[in-house]
Amino acid sequence: MATITSDATSQVSEPKKHKRGRIERDQIKWGLFFISPWIIGIIVFYLIPFVASFGFSLFRFNLANPDATEFIGLENWQRALFEDPNTYQSFGVTFLFAFISLPIGLGFAILLALLMNTKAVRGKALFRTMFFMPTMIPLVAAVLIWTGVLNEQTGWFNLLLENIFGIQATGPSGIRWLANPNLIYLTLTFIGLWAVGNTMMITLAGLQSIPTEMYEAAEIDGAGWTRQLISITIPMLSPVLFYNLVLGTIGLMQYFLVPFVLNGGSGFPDGRTNFVGIYFFNQAFRFFNMGYGAVIAWLIFIVSLVLTIVLFGSARYWVYYAGEE
Amino acid sequence: MATATMTPQPSPPRISAKNRKRINIVLLTTLTAVILAIFLMPLAYGVMTSLKTEAQISSIGAPWYPASPVVYEYEGREYDVYEVPVDGNTYEWALVNKGREASEFIDPADPSAGLIPWEGRWRTLEQAWQFDPVWQNFVDAWNTINFPLLLRNTVFYAVVSTIGAVSSAALVAYGFARYDFPHKSVLFLVVMATIILPPMVTLVPTYTFFNRIGWVGSWWPLIVPQFFANGYNIFLLRQFFLGIPRALDEAAMIDGAGHFRIFWSIILPQARPALLAVTLFHFFFAWNDFFGPLIYLAGNPDLYPITVGLNGFQGLYEGQDNLIQAASLTASIIPLIVFFFAQRAFIQGVVITGVEK
Repeated sequence: MATITSDATSQVSEPKKHKRGRIERDQIKWGLFFISPWIIGIIVFYLIPFVASFGFSLFRFNLANPDATEFIGLENWQRALFEDPNTYQSFGVTFLFAFISLPIGLGFAILLALLMNTKAVRGKALFRTMFFMPTMIPLVAAVLIWTGVLNEQTGWFNLLLENIFGIQATGPSGIRWLANPNLIYLTLTFIGLWAVGNTMMITLAGLQSIPTEMYEAAEIDGAGWTRQLISITIPMLSPVLFYNLVLGTIGLMQYFLVPFVLNGGSGFPDGRTNFVGIYFFNQAFRFFNMGYGAVIAWLIFIVSLVLTIVLFGSARYWVYYAGEE
Repeated sequence: MATATMTPQPSPPRISAKNRKRINIVLLTTLTAVILAIFLMPLAYGVMTSLKTEAQISSIGAPWYPASPVVYEYEGREYDVYEVPVDGNTYEWALVNKGREASEFIDPADPSAGLIPWEGRWRTLEQAWQFDPVWQNFVDAWNTINFPLLLRNTVFYAVVSTIGAVSSAALVAYGFARYDFPHKSVLFLVVMATIILPPMVTLVPTYTFFNRIGWVGSWWPLIVPQFFANGYNIFLLRQFFLGIPRALDEAAMIDGAGHFRIFWSIILPQARPALLAVTLFHFFFAWNDFFGPLIYLAGNPDLYPITVGLNGFQGLYEGQDNLIQAASLTASIIPLIVFFFAQRAFIQGVVITGVEK
């Protein structure tokens, strides 16, 4: 993110002072011309709807019955914040899931990237391709494949656990990956691991950009593998981890597809999959409560914003940028 | 890779270090292979299940690969073949007369020997299976979800929206990379902000508006916004454009090239890897898009893309996992083929996008 603001100063054309007026006008004219699609887009598809969304939140407005629309002030907000237990519940389960799935997902990506970066692993090109491959499977199809493999009676997960490890996995007292409220987040995390490809590759690129001299110096000082991991790899990788953490957090605030394909947005089991993205969809596009849906959307926005600010604020304590002191 | 060419060292301690390296290679490669096997196991399950009959899936003791019970025709009737243990050997015999404590079998290899009596409970025997993939599942899945229609819709949506997204983002990124205009850095911060803005916060009014003008149930609300440049693509392309030496533009300018000409003949050819990455990403974003088509195409199945069609299919065929797996694999085949051919571009693209933290 450091590069965003630095270029503005570097591009001002200093020489040719006598022509500066014309060149400057030319720059403005053509610059605005080239970015005009975005200017129109930001106004029409972001700015106006963003403001209007807050406006909508002040109305009782159901798209199935638009004639009954009425201005109700902050009633929707009051309902979301103080009366509707589902709002807090949906944010609660989203956070809970984030605490489980983000560390496992990031950890798995780092593990794979480390393996793909070791001299000791042979056939890395093939491994990389194969680990990336499931990322390409459309998520809807991936969820259906996982639903099958995690089936309590006929899925290979339970059959393998039972036949190879002797764990009672099938049958009435078996492991119900999709129906047990205590396992569902683990199941969703597994499904999410199939999209590890991007994070793995970004992390791998991060690993490869660490200067080898650092490891050589550490080796001379007698540092072992673990020590090198903690003192060199992790700090040098922290900007990449930070990037993945921010994207992952924002992504989870919009988590929708997997739980929706699994159970149609019913929250099964036990409301555990009633994530904020699902709750928003149900209010706005199942019950067509557009006014109330707008409140949920705004709450998602506010929470995402706060989380992003907190993450960026925390960055200076643990993210190490080379060349900055 | 460098270790493979290590020269042999004569002194004993060196050899032990070399051996340790070898053990490391074996251990870590095996570990990676085991992780990969577990990681891809669901895919193997999908492939195997998609070729099974429904009966096999629910039958206990059936093999893990697609198979059908072996049957033997004897005197005009079909009999199931079982694995029959006799004196320490196992024979595959067809069960002709079932009895509680003793049954009669026929040996398919030697039917002229007549009925063979066998003492024991036939229910304890295991059936004999033979490899027998049901390709018909793919035909059934293909026809039931009307795959050609879904595919046509998906390709249409992906191609048109990619053209819109990439061309508009390239123009805007060029503007941000090469021109000076008032409040440029603030505007660029707004570009960045749109990347992390949850799309839901603008969705309610946008949907209501599209609904009011009668666009819900058509492609328009999905495609039109793509032509107004999305923040992520702008960001990526701009980063790449900034890396192209300005000397190239200036030389072209001296030769009398105009603003468009520089964009078209200098910037775009130089930025080919980034353009390819953005194209691939957006194409597969659109290919896999679910939420947009779900809400905007609701009630118009003729326009459904693969993702929405597939989701509807699972609701109709719950319990028929062979068909669901066949449909899921059918939906995955094209992206996987493209990936195997354009792997390098994909992986490079991920890295280009990721390095800009």
